[in-house]
Amino acid sequence: MTPRSASTVAPARPGARRGVADGLGTSAARPDGIPKVRGRFAFSSDAFAEGMLWGRTLRSPHPAARIRSIDVSGALRMPGVHAVLTADDVPGAPTYGLEHADQPVFASDVVRYQGEAVAAVAADHPELAWRAVQAIAVDYEPLDPLVDAEAAITAPAIHPDGNVFRHLRIRHGDPDAAGDVAVQGTYEVGMQDQAFLGPESGLAVPDGDGGIDLYISTQWLHVDRDQVAACLGLPPERVRLTLAGVGGAFGAREDVSLQVHVCLLALRTGRPVKMLYSREESFFGHVHRHPARMAYRHHATADGDLVKVEARLVLDGGAYASSSTAVIANAACFAAGPYRVPNAVVDGWAVRTNNPPCGAMRGFGAVQACFAHEAQMDRLATALGMDPVELRLRNALRTGDTLITGQVITGTAPVREVIEAARAHPLPPDPAEGDPAMALPGGAGATALRADVRRGVGFAVGFKNLMYSEGFDDFSTAGVRLELAADGEPVATVHCAAAEVGQGFVTLAQQIVRSALGVERVVLRSADTTVGSAGSTSASRQTWMSGGAVQTACEAVEEVLLHRVGERHGIPVDGTRRQLLDLRDGVVVAVDGDLRVSVAEALAEGPVEEVRTYHHPPTSPLDADGQGNAHVSFAFAAHRAVADVDLELGLIRVVQIATGQDVGRALNPVQVIGQIEGGIAQGLGLAVMEEIVLDGGRIRNASFTDYLIPTSLDMPPVLATLIEQPEPGAPVLGAKGVGEPPTISSTPAVVAAIRAATGAPLTRVPVRPQDIALAPGVGSSTAENDA
Amino acid sequence: MTGNHPLAAESETYELSVNGRREQVKAAWLGESLLSVLRERLGLPGAKNACEQGECGSCSVFVDGILVCSCCVLAADAVDAEVTTVEGLADGDALTDVQQSFLAAGAVQCGFCTPGLVVAVHDLLDRNPDPGDLEVREAISGNLCRCTGYGRILAAVEAVRDQRGRRSRP
Repeated sequence: MTPRSASTVAPARPGARRGVADGLGTSAARPDGIPKVRGRFAFSSDAFAEGMLWGRTLRSPHPAARIRSIDVSGALRMPGVHAVLTADDVPGAPTYGLEHADQPVFASDVVRYQGEAVAAVAADHPELAWRAVQAIAVDYEPLDPLVDAEAAITAPAIHPDGNVFRHLRIRHGDPDAAGDVAVQGTYEVGMQDQAFLGPESGLAVPDGDGGIDLYISTQWLHVDRDQVAACLGLPPERVRLTLAGVGGAFGAREDVSLQVHVCLLALRTGRPVKMLYSREESFFGHVHRHPARMAYRHHATADGDLVKVEARLVLDGGAYASSSTAVIANAACFAAGPYRVPNAVVDGWAVRTNNPPCGAMRGFGAVQACFAHEAQMDRLATALGMDPVELRLRNALRTGDTLITGQVITGTAPVREVIEAARAHPLPPDPAEGDPAMALPGGAGATALRADVRRGVGFAVGFKNLMYSEGFDDFSTAGVRLELAADGEPVATVHCAAAEVGQGFVTLAQQIVRSALGVERVVLRSADTTVGSAGSTSASRQTWMSGGAVQTACEAVEEVLLHRVGERHGIPVDGTRRQLLDLRDGVVVAVDGDLRVSVAEALAEGPVEEVRTYHHPPTSPLDADGQGNAHVSFAFAAHRAVADVDLELGLIRVVQIATGQDVGRALNPVQVIGQIEGGIAQGLGLAVMEEIVLDGGRIRNASFTDYLIPTSLDMPPVLATLIEQPEPGAPVLGAKGVGEPPTISSTPAVVAAIRAATGAPLTRVPVRPQDIALAPGVGSSTAENDA
Repeated sequence: MTGNHPLAAESETYELSVNGRREQVKAAWLGESLLSVLRERLGLPGAKNACEQGECGSCSVFVDGILVCSCCVLAADAVDAEVTTVEGLADGDALTDVQQSFLAAGAVQCGFCTPGLVVAVHDLLDRNPDPGDLEVREAISGNLCRCTGYGRILAAVEAVRDQRGRRSRP
């Protein structure tokens, strides 16, 4: 029997208030779907301008070196080369950064990682640009790179700002508390790459008046704009950014890559300039997931109640700060997992090294911690002689419980429900003789003998915060304009700078407007910086934040419409009389009378346009003991993985993943399933194949030949159950963000399944064949012993 | 590019046949891949540039009916061949059954892999109208997708296979 996809997709439901088609709760179609299947959707790499030049970056071959001199004359002399820029050509701020401006636009005195930008050129043809960067002579004095994160804490500083980005200390309850049983372990997570498919690219067009327009794939237009403007030495309003089609993001587009370089080249040459990274350059051009080393000790009573969690987490932030201070906060805040833990001692460190810079990737710190705390929960279950799922259920967080940061969970926390939902899915059929070789570990290689294959089942639970935390003023802005189209029908236009990166916010924005205003035709303006910031497409925040902004703007438009109709018909609509009129299915109706005025009639006297800014409830910073109400809301998921393992060769085939996920409300069930399946694929990748391999700070596998991401043959069927408990205070029907939880606990679930199949300890991800085949008592080591 | 351009000595003018039309490629550097010429010179950006070393399938096109990664074919090497890109699959503004099924199943997220997958799925189902699950997975395993985890893509392919099967039944 061949495996078949059997994901559970919830049936479409009508919207909350309005009966309009394709509103909230339906699996409405993406507005960009047709151009995408036809190949006509304009990604940033498709941008074109008449007479444009091609930009290219020169990057350091060394992870650490002093720059003795840079000679650009050879490149400048080449016909067809129009500009060669170095640090001396940066008119504004010499450095940039997402949270701390510590990264040079171009290195001038030292380079701190392999791939750091040193110069950029603009030429008539991409090949000429490549030849030009080869012709730049840089005299480096290589230095010993600092590549050990633990050593970096005390090593001499490799940057004027020091080596420690942040040390976060959490002390909760009694630090001396102890239980009947303690288990400990040290765990490691390798450096994962976001590996979005659409490479970094952008087109900068000078406006002829000293300003610039940049068409760019990014996750946050306004924070890019502010960094670019500072480095160009221009006021922000002279720098206009428009979102060009984004080919995936997953955190890697939160930081500036080529934005400053391409604008500098365009302003210098006075011509449009396009930059487009190759896949190899992309590996050097964006931040990665922080590698982590995590030492844990869990204490519990003999009955299985968690007593205390001790953890020391060291995250390697690489050469520049990026979002390291926030990533370590997440790793530390969620270090104990979604469980009641009365006492905790956690020390989180994020440090600077000469490794590639690390920053945001889907799951953002929670991924690393979850791999460790879930391995610990399994160890604890073994020590207690308990079923690992029962141990998790026994300690599962509930509303009203207190986190190790002292914050009481006031929102929904269906931890028990997600665990039970994941467990309730049917297991796949047992392997049988006659299964095709393709279905065994090793696949088309046909390397596995059925007799060498063992099956294991593993379980894991994870959670993280939604939106920005620790007192950050997090907001989004949206404008909604309602007017009559040329054919006399009402049409709504949404203007919001939220970056659509594939997740489907564009669909959701349309659904919100349809349900709120009863208007089916909804147009989206380009996301750009002529409207206020929408914040970042990260932290699972746009459904809540920009969804909230669109919803709030719709409510403001409705208010204006009701006023209009009320004034025209002598119905006062202020104060308590407001309830006499309502907007239902695109018609303004008097609730106690016969009045019915269509939206089209109400719009006859002109359009209605309202812009609103939505802020989530304020949060607090963490105090000196890491205590505080730092987070707004949390999302939970559980995963059960089934894996077949070839013990001799250490090859793995994941057979099935079942999940329960806390979504609040599924506003577009098919899109939610897409996030769940896609997020699980990235979690599976981290479990068994994805790692940027470093050797003395140098990347050894900067290509899709050598950095492997899951293919259709690696991904098993996913069985998903959506747990819908609307979150109080979430502005769009109680929906939570859904993008990150699938990536958090899928990794430890897969590794737990491999442990169950092999008995190998597997304290590091990704699990490599030798971690299995050469583990004591497993695979070929057994064979050697037998021989 | 002008005659005295530094790449002029390495450039040629030639004709390609793409989606049934003869296209002149003027004074193009001979090192340009078919992918590059389609995208940058012929206004056909549907084939995508994700790895440029034949690993991801985003640039999939047909050359004389054979599914290839256009990043790994020199454009000048395709002079006497018939090239079909994603833009040439459907008649006019219509959508093919595969394109429709991708939309209906929710197989599209960022969409960067989508054109290559649409081409690869046409290739599969035109060669093998009734593939099993493993055959489908193997056929598209050269097309990387980073957003979807493939679940909705596989659902889309199964739906087209089943539709075509029903249609061809007597």
